This record gives sequence, structure tokens and C-alpha cells, in this order.
Amino acid sequence: MSPIFYLLAAITVAGGLATVLLKNLVHCALAVTIAFLGLALLFLSLDAQFAGFVQILVYIGAVAILVVFAILLTREAEVPESSPAGRVFSKTWLTGLVIAAAVFAMLGWAVLQSAQALPNETAMPAVSVRDIGNALVGRYVLPLEIVALLLTAATIGAVIVAMHEKEAK
Amino acid sequence: MSGMNVPATIDQIFILFTDWVAHFFPAAIRPIVGVVLGVIGIISVFPGLFALTTVFERKGLGRMQNRYGPNRVGPFGFFQPVADGIKALTKEDVVPFRADGVLHFLAPVVLLAAVFMGFAILPVGRNMVLVDMDAGLLFFFAMGASTELSVFMAGWSSRNKYSLLGAMRAVAQMISYEIPLLLSSVVVIMVAGTLSLPKIVEAQAGYTGIWPHWYVFTPWGLAAFLMFGIAATSETNRSPFDLPEGESELVAGYFTEYSGFKFAIFFIAEYLAMFSMSGIATTLFLGGWSAPLSFLNVLPSWFWFFSKVMCFIFIFIWVRGTLPRLRQDQLMNFAWKFVLPFTLLDLFVTALWRFMGEGWARWIVCSAILIAAYVAMGRVGMFRKNFAHRRYRYAE
Amino acid sequence: MTPLAAYLMVAALLFAIGLAGALTRRNAILVLIGIELMLNAANLNLIAFWRYGPHPELLTGMMFAIFSIAVAAAEAAVGLGLVISIYRHARTTDLEQMNRMKG
Repeated sequence: MSPIFYLLAAITVAGGLATVLLKNLVHCALAVTIAFLGLALLFLSLDAQFAGFVQILVYIGAVAILVVFAILLTREAEVPESSPAGRVFSKTWLTGLVIAAAVFAMLGWAVLQSAQALPNETAMPAVSVRDIGNALVGRYVLPLEIVALLLTAATIGAVIVAMHEKEAK
Repeated sequence: MSGMNVPATIDQIFILFTDWVAHFFPAAIRPIVGVVLGVIGIISVFPGLFALTTVFERKGLGRMQNRYGPNRVGPFGFFQPVADGIKALTKEDVVPFRADGVLHFLAPVVLLAAVFMGFAILPVGRNMVLVDMDAGLLFFFAMGASTELSVFMAGWSSRNKYSLLGAMRAVAQMISYEIPLLLSSVVVIMVAGTLSLPKIVEAQAGYTGIWPHWYVFTPWGLAAFLMFGIAATSETNRSPFDLPEGESELVAGYFTEYSGFKFAIFFIAEYLAMFSMSGIATTLFLGGWSAPLSFLNVLPSWFWFFSKVMCFIFIFIWVRGTLPRLRQDQLMNFAWKFVLPFTLLDLFVTALWRFMGEGWARWIVCSAILIAAYVAMGRVGMFRKNFAHRRYRYAE
Repeated sequence: MTPLAAYLMVAALLFAIGLAGALTRRNAILVLIGIELMLNAANLNLIAFWRYGPHPELLTGMMFAIFSIAVAAAEAAVGLGLVISIYRHARTTDLEQMNRMKG
């Protein structure tokens, strides 16, 4: 495997680890942005240019900003650097960790067991944006329309949920 | 070499120079040498243009405000950027005690990196683009979206309420105007059929008689160009949308706590963002490197590109010196209630344009729809405001 | 290890990290961030299988990943709206203190 892959994988995993381990919320949000960036670069290394740029545009340009705004809007008045009880992890953190480790063990075992059966380097036919466009309005037009409907519903729903409630008279 | 085509040689002079330099290196690393020379070109030309623009802006604004701009340093004040650079480099770098050190340092770096990446896909002349990506325009907008996060980082890491307020306003403004920015360029993509910027320029490089085929000379193109210009002004936080860095309101907004070289980096990044937005607007609507009239093609393509970009810069400076600043709620209202519906309508009108085929009918129909919509939205917007007739009183 | 297996291992690791974050942190927003990490890991899986799979010209994997990105963004928006709304009511985002159904 090329050194670039190891570097990108290291960046992504480091970003993910920093997200779940850091105390300061805004630092966590910025660490997850690094993980998103690492993933976008991994997509680019897999010849999925469109998916990589869409990942940067949507996740770093919108979701990360959403998260940061939510963090800023839900701060307590005088926010200490660590949470009041001095803990950022819940009381049952060990159970969660064990479950996550078990999931990783199972997935890793599945991947390594079938490593011989997985296909090797294959030549990649050049995928142009025009093909993606044709696919979107050809074969995948139904998911496209449904996603449009979903995004409209989500926008209206998020605005209504987060709106200031009118004073009940 | 008497048969040498002089204008074509001057046009391609940078490409020929790059090839000549690359011949000194072994064949294996020649592409890398070409790319490195291109990067060196970008890093030297655009910041040089930035230095020139700062002095143009200060002198231009000065003249519009009936005063001289800087005129002490060098002939007519044109060495002012050198003085500014020396000042910025030698100023003490003050970091607040409670500021978040790492983020405070990284914010200008991330901003500058994201802005520089936007220059990679700009076709500066014929055959002169650093990377010809298939999804070039999408890459540019992805880099533009990355700048928002660094603005927030700058504002938050300073632990200063003014900075945070400025940063949140700036991010809200940038997100709101990002949709009209993308939608007005989707219009061009629809007609050109490609996301690759050199191909978009080539689609506009034809001439009927002496008049060019630029997209700005069509009704939908003009509307999209104006909306793109408004959105670009707002994305780069320029006046009249510069409330986040309003010098009289918020001290300096999200870069209040930055001094010395870091402030200079923010300044450079803002102007470079302006250049890349102007470059994209030129490429999408004004035909990129093609000349305005067909017989003017003797002048090199990069000359036309940079002239158009400098025209844009002049318009930015002109608008800054003329229009008053918009308040934050007026700004957001404008984005969501006028610019966005207008760009959506423009999308529909462009589709109509393609559907109606060649001929004069489509010009009339499309222009009529756009003008009617503009007037209607303007009337509706002004409906409930009562403005008294303005009386001007002059000092006698 | 084949390239595909390497990408799948990275995706599995990222998924497990996201799951650990979602299960162990107290703040509601960090749970949402963990969920986003899990969705991203699944996207990496999809793209890796598309690249090394039998019919990459059909674009199935890339389409799936793009729709997944869109849906994840919508879900993040609604989820964060809910967190803000709950914060207005309960004045805290600490999940350990939200252990009653009474409003």
C-alpha cells in the first residue's frame, strides 16, 4: 500500500480519535472536520472525484458549521473548560467501549478472513461528471426526487423545531 | 524564423518558457517541474496583484471621497505596499492570554491555504491552467466552503465577544450567499454542458461578426452575472456587505485580536478570495481569456484575462466607495427573499432559452420574464415601506 | 493485504471510533457527531467497494454514497435542531440529566 494511503488513513483515524477524546466541544467539532477532510482525500485516492468534492462541500462546508453553531447556541452562561462534574464521559463508558471494541473486532475479523477473496487492483474506467449527471436523471431519478422531497421536509422540520415558540397567552 | 506568428508566440510565452526550463531536467520529473513552475507563477503573480490592488483601492477610495490617497511613498504613492509590508512584518505579534493558542495560529494559515487552492483551476490564458479537472468548478466551490470554517476558528479562538459576534455574522452571511453563488453558476454549467473551466471558456470563444459569444450578453447570462456579482461581493465580505468586519461597528470583527503578520495574512486572503471570485466570474460569464472584439485577438489571452479581472476589482472598489453598508438583517433578507428566488427563476429561464431553439423569439420571451420578475419583486419588496420624499440640504 | 481490505479496515476502525463516541460521551451534540462519523465510515465502505468491485462503470457505489451524504446532512440538521430545542427547555445538553419523560 502506498505511503499516501497510510498518511491519509492516519489523519482520518487521528481526527476521529481526537473527536471522541477531547474535552472542549469546539475542539471536538474541529477534529471531526479533520476526519471529514481525511475521508474526502481518501475518496479522491479512490478515483471518486465527485464524491470527494461533494464530501468537502457538504460535510466541511455545511455539517461542520451546523455543529459549531449548535455548540455555540447551547453553551451554558459561564462555560468552564470541563463539564461541571469534571467528567466528559458518562458513567457507563466502559460498556460503550467494550461494545465498540466488539463491533470493531467482528468487522476486522470479517475483512481479514475474506482478504484472499477480495478483488485486487483493477483498472478504473474514467468516470466523468457527465456520466454521473446522466445516471442521476436516468437510472437514479426516483432516488433523486425522493431525496429532494426529504431535504425539503428536513429543512422545514428543522426550522419549525428550532424556532422560538410563541408565548402561550 | 520569419514565418513565426508573433502574437501566438507572445500568447503562449509562458508555456514555451515552462517547456524550455523543463528540458533541463530528466524526462521522468518533467511534469512535476511544469506543475512547480505553475505554482511558483501563481504564488508570485497573485500576491503581486494584491500589492497593486491595495494601493489602487486606497487611492481610488480617496479620489471618490475627494481626497488624495497615499502619495508619499514612491512615485504617486505606488510603493505604499512595500511600506505596509514592512510594517506588518515588524509589528509585535500579540496573542491574548486566554486565547486558544493552536486555533489562533492555525486560522489564518487554513484560510490562506484554502484560498490559494482556488487558483488551481483558473484558466489564465489559452492552455494556461494549472490543473484541468473534470469537476473543476465543484472543486472551486468546495474550497470556498472551507474558508467559512477558518473564519469561525479565528473569531472563536480569540475569546473576545466582538470577535465571536463578527465571526458568527460572517459565517451566517457566507452560508446564505453561497446558494445564489452556486445556482447562478449552475446556469452556465447547464448551457456549456461541462464543469471544466477551460471548456467553459472555449464554449464562449466564438464570434458572430465581431461580437463575442460571451454568456453575459444573453438575458439569462446578464441576470446570473449580476446575482453572481452580488453573491461574490458578499462571500468575500466586501462592502456593502462588510458588516462582519465593519470598521465602525465591530472594531474589526473576527480579526480584532490579530496583529502584525497574521493580520496581513487575513488581509491577503480576503483580497486573494476577491481575485479568485473575479477570475471565476470572468471565466463563467465574460468569456475568460477571449478578446471582446474578434480583431483584438492579436493581444495575448492572459492580457485579456487580467484586464477583465482588474475591471472587476475596479467595480468592487467603486461599489465600496459608493454604497452604504447593509445591516445584518437587511443583508439576510436580501439574500433569501430577493437573490435566491431570482436565481431560481433564472434557472427556469435558461432552460426555456435552451428549449426554444435559435431565433429572436427566445430573446424577447426570456428578457420579458426576467424584467417582469425583477420589477415585481422590487415592487413587492417596497410595498410596505413608507419612505418620505427626501429633501436635500446643502451647505451654502 | 489487498488495497480493498486496507480501506475496509480503516472504515471499520472509524465506525468503531464513532460508535464509541456516540455511546460514551455525555453531551448530546457529541453523540450526533459520532453518528456522522459512523455514516462517513459507511460511505468509505461504499466507495471502496465501488472502486474495486465488478462493475464500476455502473456508478452504483458512488450514487449510493452521494445520496447517503445528502441524507446524513438532512439528518444532522434535524438532529441539531432537536438538540437546540431541548436545550431551550431543559437548559442543559447533558444526556445523563435527561432521564425523565416528564416535560
